[in-house]
Amino acid sequence: MRITQGCFSFLPDLTDEQITRQVQYCLGKGWAVNIEFTDDPHPRNNFWEMWGLPMFDLPDAAGVLMELNECRKVYGDRYIRMSAYDSSHGWESLRLSFIVNRPKDEPGFRLERHEAAGRNIRYTTTSYAADRPEGRRYG
Amino acid sequence: MPQNDLTTRSIPTSRRTPAKEAEMNMHSMTVRGKDRYKSGVLEYKKMGYWEPDYEPKDTDIIALFRVTPQDGVDPIEASAAVAGESSTATWTVVWTDRLTAAEKYRAKCYRVDPVPNAPGQYFAYIAYDLDLFEPGSIANLSASIIGNVFGFKPLKALRLEDMRLPVAYVKTFQGPATGIVVERERMDKFGRPLLGATVKPKLGLSGRNYGRVVYEALKGGLDFTKDDENINSQPFMHWRERFLYCMEAVNKAQAASGEIKGTYLNVTAGTMEDMYERAEFAKELGSVIIMIDLVIGYTAIQSMAKWARRNDMILHLHRAGHSTYTRQRSHGVSFRVIAKWMRLAGVDHIHAGTVVGKLEGDPATTRGYYDICREDYNPTRLEHGVFFDQHWASLNKMMPVASGGIHAGQMHQLLDHLGEDVVLQFGGGTIGHPMGIQAGATANRVALEAMILARNEGRDYVHEGPEILAKAAATCTPLKAALEVWKDVTFNYESTDMPDYVPTASVAM
Repeated sequence: MRITQGCFSFLPDLTDEQITRQVQYCLGKGWAVNIEFTDDPHPRNNFWEMWGLPMFDLPDAAGVLMELNECRKVYGDRYIRMSAYDSSHGWESLRLSFIVNRPKDEPGFRLERHEAAGRNIRYTTTSYAADRPEGRRYG
Repeated sequence: MPQNDLTTRSIPTSRRTPAKEAEMNMHSMTVRGKDRYKSGVLEYKKMGYWEPDYEPKDTDIIALFRVTPQDGVDPIEASAAVAGESSTATWTVVWTDRLTAAEKYRAKCYRVDPVPNAPGQYFAYIAYDLDLFEPGSIANLSASIIGNVFGFKPLKALRLEDMRLPVAYVKTFQGPATGIVVERERMDKFGRPLLGATVKPKLGLSGRNYGRVVYEALKGGLDFTKDDENINSQPFMHWRERFLYCMEAVNKAQAASGEIKGTYLNVTAGTMEDMYERAEFAKELGSVIIMIDLVIGYTAIQSMAKWARRNDMILHLHRAGHSTYTRQRSHGVSFRVIAKWMRLAGVDHIHAGTVVGKLEGDPATTRGYYDICREDYNPTRLEHGVFFDQHWASLNKMMPVASGGIHAGQMHQLLDHLGEDVVLQFGGGTIGHPMGIQAGATANRVALEAMILARNEGRDYVHEGPEILAKAAATCTPLKAALEVWKDVTFNYESTDMPDYVPTASVAM
């Protein structure tokens, strides 16, 4: 299974050159770029771990790529995403987010159904990998 | 016996030459003092509804009407009559005006311009004091502004083109229950338009079959699916069946993709009680979004917006019925006004045109609608049909929805015309795919992501669009098939509604 969160998950994995161009686009807009990683990619897990602080005031995407590669050295077996934050009034939120690293095997999610009153069913989505403790989920 | 008919009341042009009329109209003709309240009839422009020197206050609501007077009716008198009949006037003088601060409550027409290239039509600017309106009520606003005047005999036609809503009034409304920013955060989708599809055929599917379409489309890569405007609770599918099967589909697609998905469950019903019941059930089942139709009425819309805010629900509005009064240029209410009212009323999504699809929409006018939905401040842009500076005072932004006759092959044009904060809804363009619904959804998603990637890389995606799509299709068979089957589909018809002003090229430079 392939998790399709983020802006470019339906395209072949982006090359570093392609990532650089996206980052440069964000920096050109004055957005701060942030690197995050996780081994719990539940669709409602908003808070992935931050790889340092968001990179404010950066002129060149090369610096971000350097950080990404550092992050990959440590957490290359997990999901890593790049997001761009716009602090301008009326947004103050993310403006772009895309996955830049994935585990080799993506086990995906189990859908649990609990039959409730009437025909009602309560659904719970759980990551197969999250059965194991953090840090020991992939491979 | 006095007649309620302006043409017989106004002084015929045989007694005043047009030049003389125009000369007189440049100044206030308001009769003051005792004479103003003498029993009988008086021209509206003499009753205080035409004040060419009036400067609108920051707190005034301003309405711009396109007035088409009957032949021989003075346009100033016709415009003053619109001001009068949409505020305090009746056809004859009434002494009871004297019990009130009548001058304050009179709407004042302060400017009348001939419409460019449209003989016989005039733009009338009318200012209304804030005290004429109940705070936070679209029903009251619309009853005042469009309640009475549109059938007025001395007018051939009348259209409400635009309104300036003062911040003091904007602040009395809740505004969109969720807003674009929070909707994106909840859906965890940033940097690209959202993708949707309306389930087809719109009538006749059973709940189980309907849920199948929803599942296939969401699993294939769409973010949303949608009930159509007339899917409520019919013999072939009662609403609870639809809701139950749709939520199975949503949850299954969510688990299969790891993404948040939604389906607009249409809660439109015959009574408020029924709508609340359906909305509550949608919430109980864990839906992130519900939907209503414009035909439920302004008060019902505001009620549902408040419900949606209280219950963390995104509220989609289908503008069912609007073309009956928005489409013709000379008569009715412009959609830009409806868009403004709906932003106040508090819906999160509103259908606002596609430009390239099967339904009415000239590019410049549509651009004006999109700006009204999404910006915190709209500067006057006559070339987009936006007649006033409008401050929204941080009211949430509304997500425009483009739906009707669009397909993956138009992705570059859609992105160019509509931008990034929009829901692109490919109904036929998903479900009609030759390889199936999932393939149709995948084709749209791949086309969209490829186009965003190219745009962000700084490519001239508008011109290179077909090439970018062809390249993405090289590794995506569904996209290749979509491009092939719909390659020649375009809807090129002349628009019935477009801006009256065109930008002129600057001479200097």
